[in-house]
Amino acid sequence: MPDLIIKNLNLSSVSSNFSQSFDFSIPAGSCMGITGPSGIGKSILIKALADMLPHTGDVYLGETESQTIPSEQWRRKVALLPSESQWWYETVGEHFHHFDEGLFVSFGFNQDVMSWQISHLSSGEKQRLACIRVLMNKPKALLLDEPTANLDPTNRTQLESIIIEYQEKNQTPVLWISHDKEQLNRVCQQLLTLNNNQYAVTEIGDNQ
Amino acid sequence: MIHLTPMDLVIASSMIILLAITSLLLQLNITKQLIIAAIRNVIQLLLIGYILKIIFNSHNVFLLIAIAGIMLVVAGFEINARQKYPLKRWIGFKVGTSALFISSFTMALLTLMVIVAPTPWYSPQYAIPLLGMLLGNTMNGISLGMDKLNQSVYQQRLVIEQRLMLGQTYQEAIQEIRAESIRTGMIPIINSMAIAGLVSLPGLMTGQILSGTPPVEAVKYQILIFFLIAAGTGFGIMLAVWMISKQMFDERQRLNLDILQIKAR
Repeated sequence: MPDLIIKNLNLSSVSSNFSQSFDFSIPAGSCMGITGPSGIGKSILIKALADMLPHTGDVYLGETESQTIPSEQWRRKVALLPSESQWWYETVGEHFHHFDEGLFVSFGFNQDVMSWQISHLSSGEKQRLACIRVLMNKPKALLLDEPTANLDPTNRTQLESIIIEYQEKNQTPVLWISHDKEQLNRVCQQLLTLNNNQYAVTEIGDNQ
Repeated sequence: MIHLTPMDLVIASSMIILLAITSLLLQLNITKQLIIAAIRNVIQLLLIGYILKIIFNSHNVFLLIAIAGIMLVVAGFEINARQKYPLKRWIGFKVGTSALFISSFTMALLTLMVIVAPTPWYSPQYAIPLLGMLLGNTMNGISLGMDKLNQSVYQQRLVIEQRLMLGQTYQEAIQEIRAESIRTGMIPIINSMAIAGLVSLPGLMTGQILSGTPPVEAVKYQILIFFLIAAGTGFGIMLAVWMISKQMFDERQRLNLDILQIKAR
């Protein structure tokens, strides 16, 4: 199973916060947390890893560099769950190829959800459905942008355990943005702290 | 045929002035545009009346090409006027003129060389009014379609990015917007084809009948023109929407709205 390896990634063309180049890697089946002040560019960094922003340098999934395969294939393999999900059809079901019973049930939904109106969903429901939508693409690496920001404690625990289960079962590298230090300590093995024009990677446990 | 006196036109213009005053009182913010359009209308039509008089008397093909070129360039500029989220000038002009050129000129050549086939085929009396109608209608359609496309893409940019993140190609991510934009551009011509004869007598036919052409002859020309305009407009819009939407994404299928005059970030 592949590692996610970032080599010499530079984003200075996107934001002035990014004069530094990034070199780090996330071993298969492990999770790296990203933390740092608001507006520092955490979302920009993971958007670039999904090849959604212009950048220089290399992002490898195992042996495969992002630019060597079509962008839509890369984004299926290295999937980004944005902090706010978007929905464009009337009902939930239209956004899914089929009803994946295991996933939907583990998030507390039954088949009825497929006919629900998007406009009636709460932000928490949207977030959980967005997570299902991403996992149904069977990604090889996961980029999560504050995945539990809109969730109550019960649903937060549920989402965490589903992600960890997926990660362990498929040996997926995971990148997890959060402001919640305790959460990052629970789910991650490494922590990337982002500051103006610099960053630091630490092992979780060392910085307790 | 009854000739119009300048006084007849003055009476008609008083109606426009009345409309202008009303829209000013209602604060519709359209008064200035209405007046400018009306004045342009008078000047441009008088001018073309005299120019046509000269051209009809000479069968110079280069003069015709020059006139056609001017018509194309002006239509290309006009496409990008009055857009809510306009393209950058040069890009808009390039897209507009090339879509117009390919669709309208193809239809005009087909008519002149195969269908009506006057001798010589570039006979200005046929070529100029025909090209004018094709360009005018296609321009309208492209302009409406472009307005809808730019506006929808701008407003739904987060949705488009979400769809790209989920691994859709850019064509999949804007498929509905493209279809909706093409539909918007084609509504006017489809409407006017559908109601022709029942609600309105179309302009070309009306003109021919007013000047004494037998109604059935006028009708045949009108049908021909409708079909050509519909086909020209439809293909023109498709071409323009295709060209613009392709340029809204970079080589890695990232949405890039730098081609619009507003800044997306």
